[in-house]
Amino acid sequence: MITGNFTTDACLLILFLPLLAFVINIFFGKRLPRQGDWVSIGAILITLVLALSLFVEMLSNWNYKFSHEVYFSWIDLGAFKIDLGFWVDNITIVMLLVVSLISSMTHIFSLEYMKGDVRYNRYYAYLGLFTFSMNGIVLANNLMSLYIFWELVGVSSYLLIGHWFEKHSAADASKKAFLTNRVGDIGFFIGIMIMFTAIGSFNFQQLFDGVSNELISGSLLTLAGLGLFMGAVGKSSQFPLHIWLPDAMEGPTPVSALMHAATMVAAGVYLTVRLFPLFTVDALTIIAYVGGFTAIFAATIAITQNDIKKVLAYSTVSQLGYMVLAVGVGNYVAAFFHLLTHAMFKACLFYGSGSVIHAMHHSLHDMHDHDTDPQDMRNMGGFKSKMPVTSMTMTIATLAIAGVPLFSGFLSKDAILAGTLSFVQSNPEHWILALFGFSAAAITAFYMFRLIFMTFYGSPRMPKVFDGIHESPKVMTYPLVVLAGLSFFIFYTVPYFNPFKDYGWFTKLIKAGNSAVPGNPTAKEIYDGVHYAHDAAMMLSLLVAALGIGLSYFMYYRKSLSAEAWSKRAGFLYNLSLNKYYFDENYNKFLYQPFLRLSRAVAYVDWDLYDKYFINGFGYVTKILSKITGRLDFDGLDQTLVDGIGRSAQGAGKNLKTMQTGRLQNYMLFALIGVIIILVVQIT
Amino acid sequence: MDTLSNYLLISSILFSLGLFGVVTRRNGVAVLMGVELILNAANLNFLAFARFGGMNMSGQVYALFVIVLAAAEAAVALAIIINIFNNFNTINIDDVSELKQ
Repeated sequence: MITGNFTTDACLLILFLPLLAFVINIFFGKRLPRQGDWVSIGAILITLVLALSLFVEMLSNWNYKFSHEVYFSWIDLGAFKIDLGFWVDNITIVMLLVVSLISSMTHIFSLEYMKGDVRYNRYYAYLGLFTFSMNGIVLANNLMSLYIFWELVGVSSYLLIGHWFEKHSAADASKKAFLTNRVGDIGFFIGIMIMFTAIGSFNFQQLFDGVSNELISGSLLTLAGLGLFMGAVGKSSQFPLHIWLPDAMEGPTPVSALMHAATMVAAGVYLTVRLFPLFTVDALTIIAYVGGFTAIFAATIAITQNDIKKVLAYSTVSQLGYMVLAVGVGNYVAAFFHLLTHAMFKACLFYGSGSVIHAMHHSLHDMHDHDTDPQDMRNMGGFKSKMPVTSMTMTIATLAIAGVPLFSGFLSKDAILAGTLSFVQSNPEHWILALFGFSAAAITAFYMFRLIFMTFYGSPRMPKVFDGIHESPKVMTYPLVVLAGLSFFIFYTVPYFNPFKDYGWFTKLIKAGNSAVPGNPTAKEIYDGVHYAHDAAMMLSLLVAALGIGLSYFMYYRKSLSAEAWSKRAGFLYNLSLNKYYFDENYNKFLYQPFLRLSRAVAYVDWDLYDKYFINGFGYVTKILSKITGRLDFDGLDQTLVDGIGRSAQGAGKNLKTMQTGRLQNYMLFALIGVIIILVVQIT
Repeated sequence: MDTLSNYLLISSILFSLGLFGVVTRRNGVAVLMGVELILNAANLNFLAFARFGGMNMSGQVYALFVIVLAAAEAAVALAIIINIFNNFNTINIDDVSELKQ
């Protein structure tokens, strides 16, 4: 086997420990003390320690070219051969750490949040399954195993969104998430198959080699790249498959934080980062437009949402759009950087919202009020005094997502915007991408501070509920504090301490590689462009962030600008945004309903025409035929032939038995006659 | 007169008479006597071939064997007939048709 190397062993353990926890909890969880949560937490903490040790090893090696690949032969049929294995480089190690860290935080946070849940052990089991499959995606060195884990992630997402499946909305949301993902996965699969047909391998390195040797090129490569990107569109909830992510908030909040904010939805971005060398310029342009449009589009929806988790959901869609935009403009390291920082502050925001919802829920529960929505921000306000830790940590995370200096989001968002600006400078016809990027940054700052002001500041909108609000217990606030801490720039720039430059371990250890497609801009060209655009991008992004925060401040804190008046003035646009551009309605009207009608028509043809007339008619004819053959068989064959032979044998026997007289002399006479006959025959 | 064919003729007449007796007699003892005739017809053949056919002494030895055999056969057959008489109280073999179905 392929053991014996520290990296390999650690990766194997990181991969399989959560699976072990899943197996134990799903089968024996109910019978274990505390329903087996300690098994999961133990497994994930060991995983975290291993991921950390890998990370420390990476820092001590300080080698941006580090790459470690191991594989074993899975299927070997001569011509058709699949090897499975790991490809570990610095990106993998960072991603493993992110997944293990957020997953551990989720496990710990859920101890309190899910306490007393009916399916407590299953919840922990599914978290294990998810962590296993996500790590599988991260470690995969080939498209085949990546695709397998990709689907496993989809399944665990389905199971966890539908955790409270007694609620119809949760059951529907889980189905919607799964089916919407499938649409993207079809494209993904087509992309994989085009690649395999052209190059004959699933292995990333071999694919890159195949592309650089022009085994596949031109529009077919673009098509393959777009197919692979379609998988990312589904998983990372990009326009037009963004509809599932906001509904996925029906799942438990820690799950939303883990999967639908930090890790699973980032899998799509991770995929594009991993496969960046395969994308042609045309494919990248389309990717950039999809990402840019998603970023601005989701941000405009987030402005008007009142459900605290919906705001965060659309914010996630928008931030993922950012990352995809960064991949599209070629600056994929920035995309990965944003993935990393975003995972921390967005998980923090989700835990914060979970903490707020938890408090609201308990307060409402004590009042026996089951009608008020505990997630609606219009029922909140002024929680800062009651929930100081939640308020503080969420504010820090919000500053990070808004792109304020000293926080991590500033660095990564700045890198993305610089990349976009540099791309636009060299390709002026795509100027709108920069517009998308910068205005989305402004809107993000606006709606995130709207969330903070509406939840934690101002006067309580429901004083009775407000009286029952308490800060969440320590197991819930500790993860918040950890993640808020990780939203500061310093963790990403060690060993340098310049809050305005992203120089640090990340930029030193994770460097962009060249695209494998001949003729694409090289990594150096892109890097130089970004470097050149950096200062201008920084100024602009600071400006737009200040604009968004300022507007939010005046509208929701000072209330010197009336939000109601503005929304009335916007009128049509406001309704459009509030109703999410009627996407669900239009999909329903133009996709699902026609599809249902088509299905019904097909069912009519199948059942009423084909089944009733053809199949039943066929059956009728068969029945008549069998009756005829039955008659022939029974009356003709059985009665005449078979029974006839029997009857003749019987008759013969009856007649012949009279010959047996019992007189010896008769027998002797017969023998004598026989002898005479033989003699006569012999003589003649 | 003293030729092989005369002996064989007499032997075959003797055989036919024996066979006739075996097939037609109803009395068990008479049937037994028919069998004795057949055996003696065979004996006559052996002796005729011993004298004219080149069997020489072996023909005569076989004839002696057959005489001994006939004595043994008569003993066993008479015992059977006595048994039949004990069981059926008759030696008419037409009445002893238990083998009939």
